[in-house]
Amino acid sequence: MTMNRRELLAQGGKLLVLTSAAAAGLESMRVGATPRPDAPKEAQHWWGMIIDIEKCIGCGNCVRACANENDVPDGYFRTWVERYHVEGWDAEHPQVDSPNGAKEGFPPHPERTGKNFFVPKLCNHCTDSPCVQVCPVGATFDSPDGVVLVDKSYCLGCRYCVQACPYGCRYIHPQTNTVDKCSLCYHRISKGLTTACCEACPTGARQLADLKDPKDPVHEYLRTHSVQVLKPHMATGSKTFYNGLDGAVR
Amino acid sequence: MHPLVEGFMYPNEVELQWSILIVLYPFITGLVAGAFILASLERVFKVEAVKPTYRLALLTALAFLIVAPLPLQLHLGHPERSFEMYLTPHRSSAMAMFGFVYLWYLMVVLLLEIWLDYRADIVRLAQTKQGPVGWLYKLMTLGSFNVSEGSRALDDRVGWIVTIIGIPSAFLLHGYVGFIFGSVKANPWWSTPLMPIVFLFSAMVSGIAAVLLLYMAIMKLKQRPIDMRCLDTIAKYLFYAFVIDFSLEMLDLIHRIYEADESFRALDFMVHTRLFVSQVVVQIYLGTLVPLVLLAATQVLRMRENVRRAIYAGAGLLTLIGIFTMRWNVVIGGQLFSKSFLGYTTYKVEFATREGLLPALVLMVLPFVILWVLLKLLPAWPEEEAA
Repeated sequence: MTMNRRELLAQGGKLLVLTSAAAAGLESMRVGATPRPDAPKEAQHWWGMIIDIEKCIGCGNCVRACANENDVPDGYFRTWVERYHVEGWDAEHPQVDSPNGAKEGFPPHPERTGKNFFVPKLCNHCTDSPCVQVCPVGATFDSPDGVVLVDKSYCLGCRYCVQACPYGCRYIHPQTNTVDKCSLCYHRISKGLTTACCEACPTGARQLADLKDPKDPVHEYLRTHSVQVLKPHMATGSKTFYNGLDGAVR
Repeated sequence: MHPLVEGFMYPNEVELQWSILIVLYPFITGLVAGAFILASLERVFKVEAVKPTYRLALLTALAFLIVAPLPLQLHLGHPERSFEMYLTPHRSSAMAMFGFVYLWYLMVVLLLEIWLDYRADIVRLAQTKQGPVGWLYKLMTLGSFNVSEGSRALDDRVGWIVTIIGIPSAFLLHGYVGFIFGSVKANPWWSTPLMPIVFLFSAMVSGIAAVLLLYMAIMKLKQRPIDMRCLDTIAKYLFYAFVIDFSLEMLDLIHRIYEADESFRALDFMVHTRLFVSQVVVQIYLGTLVPLVLLAATQVLRMRENVRRAIYAGAGLLTLIGIFTMRWNVVIGGQLFSKSFLGYTTYKVEFATREGLLPALVLMVLPFVILWVLLKLLPAWPEEEAA
């Protein structure tokens, strides 16, 4: 290829402009990647939750606190409480109710016999979340510290994730038309606070757990209790652990 | 308790997520795949008898393929963001990858095959028609006016290759729709590896039935004779595809009943109550067994032409109803029971809302309007029209 001086200068000029632009871009990316001094050290945590069924009294404080904290619209639930009634050995046919998600607690149970207990539910923040897997644009994603979050500025509202969640934790927010679910109060826990539901629980039935922090009491708890996750056969890597989970619970 | 709910549902489950529009989506894509596979019978497998429907089948596939994404688009909470699926697709998502399968099928297979097949006609029309229509044809030539014998032979050769690629692509297109449902492990009504293959064969059944009915209807409208050899052959293939489809669905059913896993009782109850009419009465009896018996009769008994025509029309119509209810039972049925297996909700179809019956009807009429325009632009039977 032959090139006269004028062409050489023009090409060289373009290259120079392009490379400097690229360098500036790279620089800004590099600078952007440096964590701010006040930024939470996300990857230092691995969040989950412990729920002690034996401690839950079905008061619904957690449901109300969650709705207030996260502006959950009426009729939808980031967390809710179910009441189980199991007669004798018949764990396959429990009677379950959750009037308005137990936002107002429960009316007295008519049955005096059998076994009654409460099961608080929320997003399980699974390690291998089916909801994250199916999202067509990645609007539902795993945070570096193990919380499943939704970017509502990116969600298409296709509802595939709602179908994919085995636990019924997701709903379409009627105002934003995007999916919504428990964020484990990410805005709180990343500032060192606990979740609204844990804070509101009068019996300590719900405990936020940092599975990566060796000093977190969760490790002692897991060592000394028989804990179980919901629907273990779904193999979602659930990080919401239940103590005293009855076989009747779905 | 919520008025629509029986038993216990997780509180967020009461509201159904996927409406009648999502029923239309696998139904319409199925028609596309089925019609294309019928067209490929002539092209690749040299079944000469179905030649009169070759172009009709291709244009039918195109008309329905153009409409296929519309129900999805209408259903999205944020339709304006749907293009993000192409720009930032999430590679582990079956739904995201479907967008590419769709584009591949539309651009690489269907449009290319139709263009190659029609190229000589388009050039002829571009040279004879005046005004805007003439310009349109000129545009459709894409600047290639060479219709020499050599270039036609090349068109034919390339078209054949495109069809060869097209067959697995059509399988992929509809098998993939099946996968979107079949891979949801949270939902036992959907989660089966048979789902893609059941969807595929039901797609073939519906597409063949649709082209058969369209061919009969168009000939009737044009008051031209129906090629009975063609019709008999299509009906024969419809019967074969239907036998396979029905066997697969029964295999799935028998397997579920025999295995009777944790979800079985809940699903069985649903089929005997809320889904009884749409699943047992309409899908299995009216939409499958009756047309199968009718088609079988035409295969084994000697019948007069007009009787056969009437039976084909009846069986074709029932088949389409049956496949539509099959889609309905999959999509809606899969959302009527709780994932706790302890309760059921109800789906009430609305009318003039974004996801109501009215837009669904409009979306079902639209492909026929598009097909009418396509047939005007690209005559499917030019030699007969000239005669």
